[in-house]
Amino acid sequence: MKSGSNLEKVLRAGDFAFTGELGPPRGANVEEVRKKARFLKGMVDSVNITDNQTAMVRMSSWAASLISIDEGLEPNYQMVCRDRNRLAMQADVLGASAHGIRNLLCLSGDHQQFGDHPHAKGVFDIDSTQLISTIRKMRDESKFMSGQKIDTAPKIFIGAAANPFAEPFEWRVHRLAKKIEAGADFIQTQCIYNMKKMREWVKMANDMGLTEKVYILAGVTPMKSLGMARYMKNNVPGMDVPDEVINRLKGCKKGTHAKEGIKMACEQIEEFKEMKGIAGVHLMAIEWEHKVPEIAEMAGVLPRPTFDDDTPDDKTDDTPAE
Amino acid sequence: MIVGEQKPLEEIWEMIKDHKKVLVFGCNTCVAVCQQGGNKEAEILASMLRMKAVQEGVDIEITDAGIERQCEHEFFEKAESRIGDADAVLSTACGIGVQFMAEKYPKPIYPGLNTTFLGAVEEFGVYAERCQACGTCILGQTGGICPIARCAKRVLNGPCGGSTNGKCEISKDVDCAWQLIVDRLRLLGRMDDYEALTPIKDWSTDRAGGPRKLVREDLIDE
Repeated sequence: MKSGSNLEKVLRAGDFAFTGELGPPRGANVEEVRKKARFLKGMVDSVNITDNQTAMVRMSSWAASLISIDEGLEPNYQMVCRDRNRLAMQADVLGASAHGIRNLLCLSGDHQQFGDHPHAKGVFDIDSTQLISTIRKMRDESKFMSGQKIDTAPKIFIGAAANPFAEPFEWRVHRLAKKIEAGADFIQTQCIYNMKKMREWVKMANDMGLTEKVYILAGVTPMKSLGMARYMKNNVPGMDVPDEVINRLKGCKKGTHAKEGIKMACEQIEEFKEMKGIAGVHLMAIEWEHKVPEIAEMAGVLPRPTFDDDTPDDKTDDTPAE
Repeated sequence: MIVGEQKPLEEIWEMIKDHKKVLVFGCNTCVAVCQQGGNKEAEILASMLRMKAVQEGVDIEITDAGIERQCEHEFFEKAESRIGDADAVLSTACGIGVQFMAEKYPKPIYPGLNTTFLGAVEEFGVYAERCQACGTCILGQTGGICPIARCAKRVLNGPCGGSTNGKCEISKDVDCAWQLIVDRLRLLGRMDDYEALTPIKDWSTDRAGGPRKLVREDLIDE
């Protein structure tokens, strides 16, 4: 075990992983975090706590992660390169590990111009691939980026993002390979709507042997409405929403769009369960945490596996279980 | 070259309006190329400011002059008397020229331009950033296209997830630097360079290391 996180245990055991997401509030509202967390408890193996998502200032990811631990969830602490330099990042990795955070997702971050502080100076001291290699070095070599020794290495299961739909398409899988080489243990993909392209991308990853080196969780976001589908298609960078998704929602009777959106998400999850090279699903139910129990039930991913606390931490099996 | 953009007239007016004799002083090298701060532009700006002074009913003598470069001592010789006569100077050089003059003369030196970036003339009237002077050039590994200057997130192992149709997530008018790099490496048959992880950057040669200076001892000794 590299980190001993629940997510790592689920994936190593060969179970189909199911992770969720929780967006921290735009304020110091602890109760809001707790409320969202309660919907997710027992439904997911780990919950991504977003880091100033869409470049809007929110309660910090590590702080909301600690609240989620308090609520009995396992956080996946998201960290973007936009807001921190290498000193702050390494300090936060140590602090997170000290507080029992065991998963960390390394991201570039949306550009600051999209958020509520467009005049900010983006840090971008290192990129997301370099953040992966930095944390691996801290964990596996007990060394800071500088090469200096760490007293008690952090225990972190290292995550990375992949967008199968950004361009240049034929080279996306090579970037995935670079993240794996840098030290990613698991991958969570961008929200997937174009299943055809996703199948192609996973096949390329399989052919390159990448899925034997890393656990890939496919990103699924249920559409809440036709408006949301159109917005995702036209306004979200790197998002690929095919016309058939829009048309299917268009064909729904008034008041049934959300239901249809959930149905479509569950169909995707069914396919991912069977897809070679896919180790789980990352469900991003954006501001829809209360729907997660219903979706998890419908998707047939309950109950979630549990592990005894005394699972040995020192097991070093590097290959994903099939 | 260094690209600059003239400040709004109102902002310039606010800086100079309380002086009696103002010299608008052009710099005829870099910024002149982008038609912003050259000697010709200084002349035009001076006449606009004279009109403004008339409109505002302010008595102020505004003249213009210029030299080839405001960042080297030797060019100032022929303009010493003009500078000496003025209460204040509005320099239309880049920020380097403004500061160089401020170090030389004990009088207010105001910036007439916003210094924008180090760029190239893509076509007449279009200037675009190409270099951030980071102090450690990696163009040899990136097919001659700089991700530091041209990627909005300075991603060194790109492209990020926001690249769409060859464009950057920040604007449909901005090329994705990593799309350009990949296209170029393919053209050159150098995709192996793409596969290699780009190491973490040493920013100490960039502004992060404090103000930079280059001393050529061999030249000083002569």
